[in-house]
Amino acid sequence: MPEPLTAVNDFVVKFANVNGSGSASANGLFAKAILRMGIPIASRNIFPSNIQGLPTWFEVRVSGEGHLGRRGGVDLMVAMNPQTWDRDVAEIEPGGYLFYDSTKPLPRSRFRDDIHVIGVPLTEICNAAYSDPRQRQLFKNIMYIGALSALIGLEPEVVEALLGEQYRGKEKLNASNRAAFHMGRDWALAHLRPIGLQLRRMDAVGRRIYVDGNSAAALGAVYGGATVCAWYPITPSTSLAEAFERWCRRHRTDGETGRKRYAIVQAEDELASIGIVIGAAWNGARAFTCTSGPGISLMQEFLGLAYFAEIPAVVFDVQRAGPSTGMPTRTQQSDVLAAAYASHGDTKHIVLFPEDPHECFEFGAAAMDLADRFQTPVFVLLDLDIGMNDWLCEPFRWDDGRRMDRGKVMTAEMLDAGTTFGRYLDVDGDGIPYRTYPGTHPSKGAFFTRGTSRDRFAKYTEAGPAYVDNMERLLRKFATAKSWVPRPVETRAAEPTRLGVIHYGSTGAAMREALAALQGDGVRLDALRIRAFPFHDDVMDFIARHDRVFVVEQNRDAQLRTLLMVEGNVDPAKLVPVLHYDGTPITARFIRRAIAEKVQGLRIGPLHEVAAE
Amino acid sequence: MSFLPKPKLHHPKLPTNALGYTRRDYEGSISTLCAGCGHDSISAAIIQACWELSIEPHRVAKLSGIGCSSKTPDYFLGASHGFNSVHGRMPSVLTGANLANRELIYLGVSGDGDSASIGLGQFAHIMRRGVNMTYIVENNGVYGLTKGQFSATSDKGSKAKKGAINTDEAIDLVALALQLGATYVARGFSGDKEQLVGLIKGALRHKGAAFIDCISPCVAFNNHEGSTKSYDYVREHNEAVNRLDVILGRAALTADYAPGTVQEVVQHDGTVLRLRKLASGYDPADRIAAMNYLQERKAAGEIVTGLLYLEPEAEDLHDHLGTVELPLNRLDDAALCPGAKALEAINDALR
Ligand SMILES: Cc1ncc(C[n+]2csc(CCOP(=O)(O)OP(=O)(O)O)c2C)c(N)n1
Ligand code: SF4
Ligand SMILES: [Mg+2]
Repeated sequence: MPEPLTAVNDFVVKFANVNGSGSASANGLFAKAILRMGIPIASRNIFPSNIQGLPTWFEVRVSGEGHLGRRGGVDLMVAMNPQTWDRDVAEIEPGGYLFYDSTKPLPRSRFRDDIHVIGVPLTEICNAAYSDPRQRQLFKNIMYIGALSALIGLEPEVVEALLGEQYRGKEKLNASNRAAFHMGRDWALAHLRPIGLQLRRMDAVGRRIYVDGNSAAALGAVYGGATVCAWYPITPSTSLAEAFERWCRRHRTDGETGRKRYAIVQAEDELASIGIVIGAAWNGARAFTCTSGPGISLMQEFLGLAYFAEIPAVVFDVQRAGPSTGMPTRTQQSDVLAAAYASHGDTKHIVLFPEDPHECFEFGAAAMDLADRFQTPVFVLLDLDIGMNDWLCEPFRWDDGRRMDRGKVMTAEMLDAGTTFGRYLDVDGDGIPYRTYPGTHPSKGAFFTRGTSRDRFAKYTEAGPAYVDNMERLLRKFATAKSWVPRPVETRAAEPTRLGVIHYGSTGAAMREALAALQGDGVRLDALRIRAFPFHDDVMDFIARHDRVFVVEQNRDAQLRTLLMVEGNVDPAKLVPVLHYDGTPITARFIRRAIAEKVQGLRIGPLHEVAAE
Repeated sequence: MSFLPKPKLHHPKLPTNALGYTRRDYEGSISTLCAGCGHDSISAAIIQACWELSIEPHRVAKLSGIGCSSKTPDYFLGASHGFNSVHGRMPSVLTGANLANRELIYLGVSGDGDSASIGLGQFAHIMRRGVNMTYIVENNGVYGLTKGQFSATSDKGSKAKKGAINTDEAIDLVALALQLGATYVARGFSGDKEQLVGLIKGALRHKGAAFIDCISPCVAFNNHEGSTKSYDYVREHNEAVNRLDVILGRAALTADYAPGTVQEVVQHDGTVLRLRKLASGYDPADRIAAMNYLQERKAAGEIVTGLLYLEPEAEDLHDHLGTVELPLNRLDDAALCPGAKALEAINDALR
């Protein structure tokens, strides 16, 4: 029997539950209570879309060091779903702990010899205390939180305070939940001893908030001035539209009339969603849709229209594992190319890569400005891991002096003053023409928007030179966007190095942890987190400054690497792919091992040898 | 600019409307369609209707899909913004445009291929949602632009120019629009401008989803013997149930009509629709009766035209959504952004 695992503020707890059993709120309480003790956590929901027994898992990584990526492995399994018992038990690290409902005795063969088993007769306690079957089920959840609190040192006062907030004004519910919590806790105090995994209060959370990326992106859309949302349900993006509705109901409802300063349409499909967005934006409203890979596939034709006819559109793509229906409840970063080059013909689109909910908010708002400024589609690429999980992140910030940037819009006054209006005329070299909103002026500024070729004054033409002139201007416009999109963020190694690593999106947290570990292993890496396409000049500078650059991604085909090669004319040999794409969030362990192996394979020695070249 | 190819030389004697505009002011670029194409007559009827209603041209937004029919918005209302979108998807673009600014007049122009084939889904859903618009399908039973393939409104048994017989059942967009809740449903014929102008005027003044299926022969590919969408065939089989006069403001019923032959309906904005009944007993207020009547006459081989259904006090999508009066595209930062203080409260709730 291996020694029981011991750790303070550094372990992984996983809850195995049955969907719909009310476990989510108890598990959420557990997570939040740890945060309130000042200890950082990273939590993730795992919910396969069609497996018998409706299993869901909730994984909480407790990390006093503040690592927010997934760690991998489980130190304490709270096994509440008999259907997944065997695989749950198998997942526990040697020396780890299994917490289970011991009401019904289980044969020895269902356990393992190398783990520590903690049985609490939850059903028995519940059945004795409650007669209503629903209560028995619901309170069982809060009861195991109570038992855990005794085992791992979760402060009961913190749990009580959270319950008080949750059930403010509902004193009866508050009291009964508190009672159930203590029932579990008291049983554990009387019958069990604390285990080797312990929580100890610290002050490492600060002002950070705990929120999911979809809610954050939706809030960004609210702050960014979006008024029209058209969407079609698809995991993992659905909760983004739902969150937009929720935020709007609270913050965009006219106090006097109860009328809405927003419009949400659940469209008949993704073609209609993007069509509605394009129609609304053409007519001067800020509009967005949210979807996932299959929806992006359907939107292709319209995206080309928006690119060519130059109409703003914001698309939140919460990526999941493709191709096709793929693994619809698993995460991936596999729509990078589909977004960057969406549609037929020569197209390029602005793509933003938020790393966490904080940036989902920032980029959600920024996308509205960018779409208007560049009169073009803007993608915000979240993924299931950021979108559907609560992350600990910096609080949202807003400057009240900020105003919507509506871009180049010619007004009736400008037209009356005799300003020349050419819808596709580049007046100042940045490639961005002026537009007018429909209905602006009785006799000036109207034009015919079309997906066919046209001259600078929006007149239909198939003349080659006029077409080329327009396509070149679109490239100029795209080049202008480089310095407007979020800049990449560079983290230098402690000492100079010729090795670099590029990463983006939800990989950020695991990457930071891996960098620290690799540094300990003697592998020094400068890191660049890319936050947008088109690539800022800093990106190509970074690649030029290093001999080898690892590109860490969560897809099979190294899509961002391809984009870097193509757009930056980078020698493929220089960009070494590090790919994780099994649908689980990438871990620091994986990155560390993969890079360490590749460094060896490449015979890239420590810095001094490389530097001698 | 693209919409001003023709010199606007106003003939001093050209009649003007209440805004002082002549019909010329409602024209667009010169049509590039085949001479004799039904679609050009529909453009002329739209020009006439807008002029007669004294609509400010720039307050109209014209949207279309792809096809000969969908090109026509370039050929009328040159001072309006137009949007020639993608094939079969005009309804979604129009829906979005309408959400952004509820104050403009939305005119959707489409073809039978555009609306009944590739775009049938979007057609259905825009009707269901009750988007405030006039939606005209210029129905010739073929794909004109791609040179004469059958479309989904082509009648079973109808013969193609090259001799093939259509064996598929036809989609009747009027029947669909009725079933899907459109609140103004009409069928016209490009060869009967007098009737058509009235129908378009009524639709433009209607609040809610107004749909006009306008049979519009394609002289290049579907005007031959054996086609059920040719000028001759439609003239022979046209059964007009009524004719429509649109009267702005309340006007007393003049006494020239025999009792029971005229019906007046007041629309939400006070416009009076005066229906001169041609088929005795046809009541456009009864949706189910309209559906039955259409099926019956269709079985008898006739094409029913006129205002077929009307719900004068209809609601539209904005009513359903409960949006504010002020167009969404005019809301400013103060109206849209909750601000830093609200954000601090949101942050606090997430700790
Ligand atoms: C996605 C797509 N598929 C096919 C086409 C080719 N296309 C252009 S117009 C048209 C049919 C138009 O028919 P209809 O709407 O009846 O218009 P008409 O020309 O008869 O007025 C087709 C198939 C296209 N533009 N886009
Ligand atoms: S091909 Fe047919 S529909 Fe097209 S312009 Fe000619 S007549 Fe009209
Ligand atoms: Mg047609």
